[in-house]
Amino acid sequence: MTKRFRFLPIATFLGFAFLYIPIIVLVVFSFNKSKLVTVWGGFSTHWYGELLQDPQILGAAWISLRIAFISASLALVLGTLAAFVLTRLGRFWFKPMLSGMTAAPLVMPEVITGLSLLLLFVAMESMFGWPAGRGFTTIVIAHTTFCLAYVAVVVQSRLSDIDESIEEAARDLGAKPVRVFFDITLPTIAPALMSGWLLSFTLSLDDLVIASFVSGPGASTLPMVIFSKVRLGVSPEINALASLMIGVVALGVGLAAWQLLKSPRTKPVE
Amino acid sequence: MTESIVNSKPFQWTARFLARFGLSGKGLVIAVPTLWLLVFFLIPFIVVLKISFAEAMIARPPYSKLVQGTESGFALNFSFLSYQYLVEDGLYLAAYGSSLRIAFFSTIFALLVGYPMAYFIARSSGRWRNILLMLVIMPFWTSFLLRVYAWIGILKGNGYINNLLMSIGIINEPLVMMQTDFAVYIGIVYTYLPFMILPLYANLVKLDGSLLEASSDLGARPFTTFLTVTLPLSLPGMLAGCMLVFIPVVGEFVIPALLGGPDTNMIGRVLWDEFFRNRDWPTASAVAIIMLLVLVLPIMLLQKAQDGQNRSETL
Repeated sequence: MTKRFRFLPIATFLGFAFLYIPIIVLVVFSFNKSKLVTVWGGFSTHWYGELLQDPQILGAAWISLRIAFISASLALVLGTLAAFVLTRLGRFWFKPMLSGMTAAPLVMPEVITGLSLLLLFVAMESMFGWPAGRGFTTIVIAHTTFCLAYVAVVVQSRLSDIDESIEEAARDLGAKPVRVFFDITLPTIAPALMSGWLLSFTLSLDDLVIASFVSGPGASTLPMVIFSKVRLGVSPEINALASLMIGVVALGVGLAAWQLLKSPRTKPVE
Repeated sequence: MTESIVNSKPFQWTARFLARFGLSGKGLVIAVPTLWLLVFFLIPFIVVLKISFAEAMIARPPYSKLVQGTESGFALNFSFLSYQYLVEDGLYLAAYGSSLRIAFFSTIFALLVGYPMAYFIARSSGRWRNILLMLVIMPFWTSFLLRVYAWIGILKGNGYINNLLMSIGIINEPLVMMQTDFAVYIGIVYTYLPFMILPLYANLVKLDGSLLEASSDLGARPFTTFLTVTLPLSLPGMLAGCMLVFIPVVGEFVIPALLGGPDTNMIGRVLWDEFFRNRDWPTASAVAIIMLLVLVLPIMLLQKAQDGQNRSETL
């Protein structure tokens, strides 16, 4: 017994070290004075200043944030509807197909999703004249589609966890289905909706491949700009940008963890 | 508040208007997500399939039409040129082969690293379990692209590892790690590890402790118990985790593009180059169709694993 329990903590510790050392190194060297990213030349916040004066990065960040906000919100509505349909509305003939279509974007390689959506947009444009050209709108549609799947998974697992008898009771007392949904179901699944939206927002903000396929001139997202810079090599500016983004996430996760530990009775929402 | 929405005039009018077309609230609720996914997920694949049978040409869009109006009606121009090209040019087959190989081995590595972690987290108690789980999930929320980028600084010729080893004096010449398959494996295992740990954890946490006790009471040593009880019971979790890593890795583009060398030939990268560099849409489509066919079996396995997970949940 003792032997195995010594192996496990060490393996786990090494695993977490593997996961976190690159992130820590990245953050530490974002405060490096030297232009050579990998050689320490003293503490400085110089690169954060550079970053905040780079119009290309700031512009791309603003586009990405807007796309992420709209896509996450659309995906929240559509994904919640899909999850509700799959868990609450019984059987209908195309249910297996709908269930497959909501789960498949999760594992579909991004190059395939990107290529197929682009070809669809091109075909639609030549047939209906919409969407005219590609850019902001087409990225929003593409991101909504794959984020929808993540929302659906998160909400579905929450919906199948909660006690249906309260909803039944409301129905028995004469509440219309719409009212049951808004007054009982929605407040119960609110934490799942929150994490679904946040997850979608992050995924949209992070997507490079799909956006590259469906984007057009004038709509370069933040990952597209980062990718083109990173291809030329490591740059201290990107380190600063990465640290800022990691900082925001760490803050958010930290707050969530604090909430979670404060009230140990609520179940963790993943 | 909801009551006022439901009872408001516009809401009732809309409901009555829709009901006239046979659309009840329920029908509408089903129709909206279904239509969205139909148009933006399923139909695109049909378009890809169609274009894979076209021929590349210099036009806008850059491919030939499948159905052409001629003097005597219509002519169908199905071309298998792209597929023929894929089979005859060794590059594509080699790329499929090396994608599958890299996906296979990185899945195994991720399993070897992830299993002990998932097991440890599942066995640890309340508060610790939540903290560790949070630590596994957190990388999910950090930029994938930037986490891959972090490894460039670590692995490159004058990167952190080489600087460290050379300053201690273990090596005199920098090790070549960037732009190799080694870097690609590191990048993949690093970014996909949480996808392996989470389904494994979900499975292992439900493992009935009394089974382990029974096994040890009957005299089995811990390792035997692990091999004969824990491991077989965690098969659905292992399968789900492996497929969640394997399937997206086969089509991975970012990691081989940033960490791999010119000879790291993965099919996602080939598709990208075919599309963006050669502007050959039919060949890119054919590459995607074959990739989908290759992935059908793993996707079915994943479905089966998840059904297995769900069934064991209800039992």
